[in-house]
Order: sequence, then C-alpha cells, then structure tokens
Amino acid sequence: MDWDIVIDFLLLRDPNVRYVVLGSVLIGASAALTGCFLFLRKRALVGDAIAHAVLPGICLAFLVFKTKNPAILLAGAILTGWLSLLFIDWITNKSRIKTDTAIGLTLSWFFGIGIMLLTAIQKTGNASQTGLDKFIFGKAASMVDQDVFVFGGLSIVVILVIFLFFKPLKLISFDRDFASSIGLPVGRYDFLLSTLTVLAVATGIQAVGVVLMAALLITPAAAARFWTDKLKRMLLLAATFGAFSGIVGAFISYTTPRMPTGPWIVIVISVIAIFSFLFGAKKGLVVRQVRQQKMQRKILRENILKLFYKLAEEDGQLYEQRGVDQLTNRRFFIPSQLKTGLQQLLKENLLEKADLDYRFTEKGVEEGKRITRLHRLWEMYLTQYLKIAPDHVHDDAEAIEHIITPEIEAELVHQLEMPELDPHDSTIPYGEKLPNKIKD
Amino acid sequence: MKTAIEVHDLTVTYNQKPALWDIDFDIPDGALVGIIGPNGSGKSTLVKSMMGIVEPSSGWVKIFDQDIEQVRHKVSYVPQRESVDWDFPTNVMDVVLMGRYGRSGLFRRLSKKDKRIAAESLEKVGMLQFAQRQIAQLSGGQQQRVFMARALAEQAEMYLMDEPFAGVDAATENSIFEVFQEIRDSGKTMMVVHHDLQSAAKYFDYIVLLNTRLIAAGPTEEVFTQELLQEAYGGKLSILDQIHAIIEQKGYPVRES
Repeated sequence: MDWDIVIDFLLLRDPNVRYVVLGSVLIGASAALTGCFLFLRKRALVGDAIAHAVLPGICLAFLVFKTKNPAILLAGAILTGWLSLLFIDWITNKSRIKTDTAIGLTLSWFFGIGIMLLTAIQKTGNASQTGLDKFIFGKAASMVDQDVFVFGGLSIVVILVIFLFFKPLKLISFDRDFASSIGLPVGRYDFLLSTLTVLAVATGIQAVGVVLMAALLITPAAAARFWTDKLKRMLLLAATFGAFSGIVGAFISYTTPRMPTGPWIVIVISVIAIFSFLFGAKKGLVVRQVRQQKMQRKILRENILKLFYKLAEEDGQLYEQRGVDQLTNRRFFIPSQLKTGLQQLLKENLLEKADLDYRFTEKGVEEGKRITRLHRLWEMYLTQYLKIAPDHVHDDAEAIEHIITPEIEAELVHQLEMPELDPHDSTIPYGEKLPNKIKD
Repeated sequence: MKTAIEVHDLTVTYNQKPALWDIDFDIPDGALVGIIGPNGSGKSTLVKSMMGIVEPSSGWVKIFDQDIEQVRHKVSYVPQRESVDWDFPTNVMDVVLMGRYGRSGLFRRLSKKDKRIAAESLEKVGMLQFAQRQIAQLSGGQQQRVFMARALAEQAEMYLMDEPFAGVDAATENSIFEVFQEIRDSGKTMMVVHHDLQSAAKYFDYIVLLNTRLIAAGPTEEVFTQELLQEAYGGKLSILDQIHAIIEQKGYPVRES
C-alpha cells in the first residue's frame, strides 16, 4: 500500500478526497435513516427490490441520452425504482400472489432487464460506455465534485425530509390503524417512505453500486436496534454506522482503485452488525448470556441460604456451623459452583466462616427466611387459587421463589391473608418472628 | 333519544370476500355498546369502517350526523392489541402521547398540557409508575391499559374499541371496565368489540349482534335471547354461505354500479 495516498486521504488534503468523503458520509447516513423505518415496518426486502430495480433505469437513461451526467442517470434510476414499487403493489392487489413472492418476482425481473441492457450497451462499443459497470458494484473514488453535488444534495434532502416528518413516520410504523383513526393520510406517508427509499437507493448507485445498496439500507438499522430501545437514538446510531462504513468504503476505493467499493462497505457494515448482534447492550447475545449467568448465580446463592434455614429448622440451631458435606448431603450442588456460591455469600456478609465450616450471619438469616417464605407462600397460592394438589407444588415453587418481587410478595400475603402454615404444615416465617422450635 | 351513530346498508369486502353484508342500525347517544359475534363475523371490520380505516363497498356511516372526516377529533379508536409490534423501540409515555397528536398536530412540539393529560390518563388506568418503561417489557394486560390511556388522552366524545379485553387478567379487566363506566357516566358513547358472551350481558347496555350480516341490534335484554344467539352462533345460513363462495370464486361484483 502506498502510504502517501493513505496520509493524503486521512488528512483530506486533496479537495476531491474531501468531496468523496462528504458524499459517502451523506449517502451512508441517508440510506441508514430511511432503512430504519423500512426495518421497523418489516419491509426490508422492498429495499432490496428497489436496489436491483434501479439498474435498468440507469441503462435506459444512458441509452436514450448518451451521457453519463449523474443527474440524468439518477432520474432513470428513480423512474424504474418507482416502477418496481408500483409493480409489487399491482401484483399483490390484482392476484393471489403474496407480497414476498411479488418482491422476488419484481427484483429478478427488473435486474434481469438491467443486466441485459448493460450487456447491450457494452457490445455497442460506445466510447463513453466504459465505466457504466461501476454502477453495479460501486466506485466511490470515481465521484467528482459534480457527482457529489447531485448525490450528496439528494441525500441531504432525504435526511431533512425524515427529520421533518419524524413523528408521522414513527406513528405509521408503530400503529397504522391508529394513525388513520386520527386522520393521518397513511397512504400518502406510505408513498413518502417509498419515495425516500427510492431516492436513498439512487444516491448510492455510483459510490456503493446498485446490488449492495440494500445492505446499506437495512444493516445499519438492524445493528443499531441491538444497542438501544429508543427510536431517536436508533436513528442516530444507524446514521453513524452508515456514515462510518461510507468513509471506510471511500478510503478503500481511494487507496486501491481497482477494488470495487460496494463489497467493502458491505463487509464493514456487516462486521458492525455482527459485533452488535453479539455485544449489543440491549439484545446482544453475550449480554443476554451474562445476564443469564448472573441469574443462575443468584439462584444458587438463594438456594444455599434456603438450605441453611431448612437445616436450622430441623435441628433448631440457627447459628450452627455447617460444612460442605452436610450441605451436599441434603441437596445436589455442583461442587465447584457451591464453592463459588459460598465465597460470594461470605463476601456479601450473609454467611461467615467458622473454622472450616460456614454459618449464618444475622443478615443471612433474614435472607434465608425470605426465600423460604416466598417458596411456601407460592405453594399456598398454587394450592388455594390454582387448586393444585399439595404434592405437586414444590417444583414450581423452587423456580418461582427466585422471581417474586417485594410487591408481588405483599400481594400474595394480602390475598392469602397471611397464612401461618404452608400446604405441608411447615411454618411460614414472617418478619422478626422465628418458629418456636428454632433457638436464637 | 339522540342518535350518535347511524350505520346505513354497510357492505364491506376483502379481496372479493364479503366481510359485512347490509349492516343497518342506529346507536343512541351515551350508550355503552357491545359488538358481539363469532370469530370472523366482521366485528373488527365494522369498527374499522366506522373509523374510515376500511373503505366500504357500499352504504355509509354517520357519526353525530356527520361524515367521520368532519368529526374525527371527537372519536377515539383503540385497535386490537395484536395489531402492533410491541417490540417497537419506544416507551409507555411516548405511546400515550400519540393520543395528543390528533389535537396538537404532528408538526408542533407537545406542550406541558399534553404531557399532563397523558400522565393523568396513565394514572386513570393505574399505569403511571410504568411511564418510562419500554413497551416490550409490558404484560398483555398492561399493554391493553396503555392503549386505553392513549384513547383517554384523546379526550374524545366517542370511543370505538377493538377487543380491549382480549388476553387480559382479571384485575385489568376490572380496571378497564371501571374506565368504561366513567366514560359512560360522563355521557359519552362507547362501542366495544367483545368476544365473551358471559360477560357481555354484564358489561353492556346495548348490543350489536353480528355474523357477517346483522343479527340484531338493541338493548341487551332484547338481543340476548336464546333464539337470536342461536342464529348468530349456531350454524351459518347456508344459502348466504353459498352466495359468498360464488362471489369469491367467480369474481362477481358485490354491488352493480
């Protein structure tokens, strides 16, 4: 790699680099913003269809006007992009074919025609035809200032329109029927969103290429969704992801001119998406795993404390020291897990060390009592309200005791009228009170 | 008594298939009305066509003697809970504030007053403490109460609700019914799609009994007769069924014109 070119790019010394970067950022951001609404309306595939359907338009515009003027090619792209949408609607309305099939048909049909026209153009040997194929896989560095004015300008329009119509777009994406019920012209907003999609796709034809423009629409939205539950933040994140991958694409295209830009942009945005899928703060796989493990450890600790309390009930010695053997004799624990569980309880000051054994602290007693109480209250609830036989309630209570919140506990106590005994005649421990047989 | 809703010879078709057929009834002002009928009998379609969400093939609906477009701001609609994606990235307060969009406009910032009304509406359905909660984290009953709160925030004169009791727990059912009574006591008209015959008699003082066609419409005690319920729920009219099938298969128009 030629480092001078890299440094040139990073310092934005060359005015043309500045144009290319600016253009790529705007294109990436506008596509990502539009894509968020497609994503939320579960119309991701429509974006794919449009991306493929703009190709015949570009070729037709070139054939008719014999020019590579970006404004004219763009007009062609928008025309056939729009036609493809009408075509999808027409098929679904006039036949029994469902939307997914209609999209598949339209996509391949339009793209097929596009490739056919492209081949025909290349065969004519027209001097200016060279380079038309960059519209398939994209070549960001080939944008000159004139191109950036057209494509970047259009992207700015798309971004502004989304900003201006944020509320109605949000409303029709969440609840269409309600939106029409308050008099929102839902059909017109559908039209607006479709138009925005066509425009957002069309702006990317030179920098990203038609085929892969769909990825720049949908992938940033999908990635952003893993990080936030707020729509505004999702839009902002998606736009950032889109813009970033645009810059990387431009960089690659500038430093390695023979490399097509589109695939690189897709790779960058896909890496972001996979990372989000794994580590996303809201729904990421790893975050969910960690949360699950935390829960497992909490369950384990609560089970240990409950067992301490149970043993105290049996021998009447609340602060008796108890060894690992005594615990494992009464309940199955995986030894390594039991060890870490006990360590954790020592750290939380719920148990204390006594010689080699463990015993309750006062705080630990309260916790042990609480878990036991929840277990027994739930058993009562199941027998009384769900009419389940007393010998069938234990397993369910083993799981639910870890879930019951203080509010639900209060509600249980209220509804069951603070029962003294559980279905198996064990005392339900409340507050300070200890069953008679346990010595303090 | 004044008429709040007039439905005249309403026929609605989906893909050639009749969903409602010649529906014709009046609703008096201030009534709490249940729309009852078996699955697929056109209950939701009726409410949607009253709101102008679904285009009728023929016939019309007048609300307060006017076309729905003239009185939209006076009518609040609660869609079926399942009709939206509850995984949508938004919170409870945001959804309830949507109820203010109709009045405050979509291009103005919501005012303090809007926010106060939204909070009061949440309070009425017992959901104020969940105002900042993500909607994905709500139970079915809570989702339904959020929809109720959004409807209350619209401060309408009439409420049309699609299955507000579907999939809710007993506590929610009671609190929703309390909201109903409050609305009725303030003299407003309410039409509620409902699927449970048992509770319908208790909840509503007026019933519209449907099975694609209108079986009966009137005060609950007049409509809830063995004979009429049998007609709605026990076996369909076979000739009408055959006509429906022919229309669907051959593509005849439902109305000449």
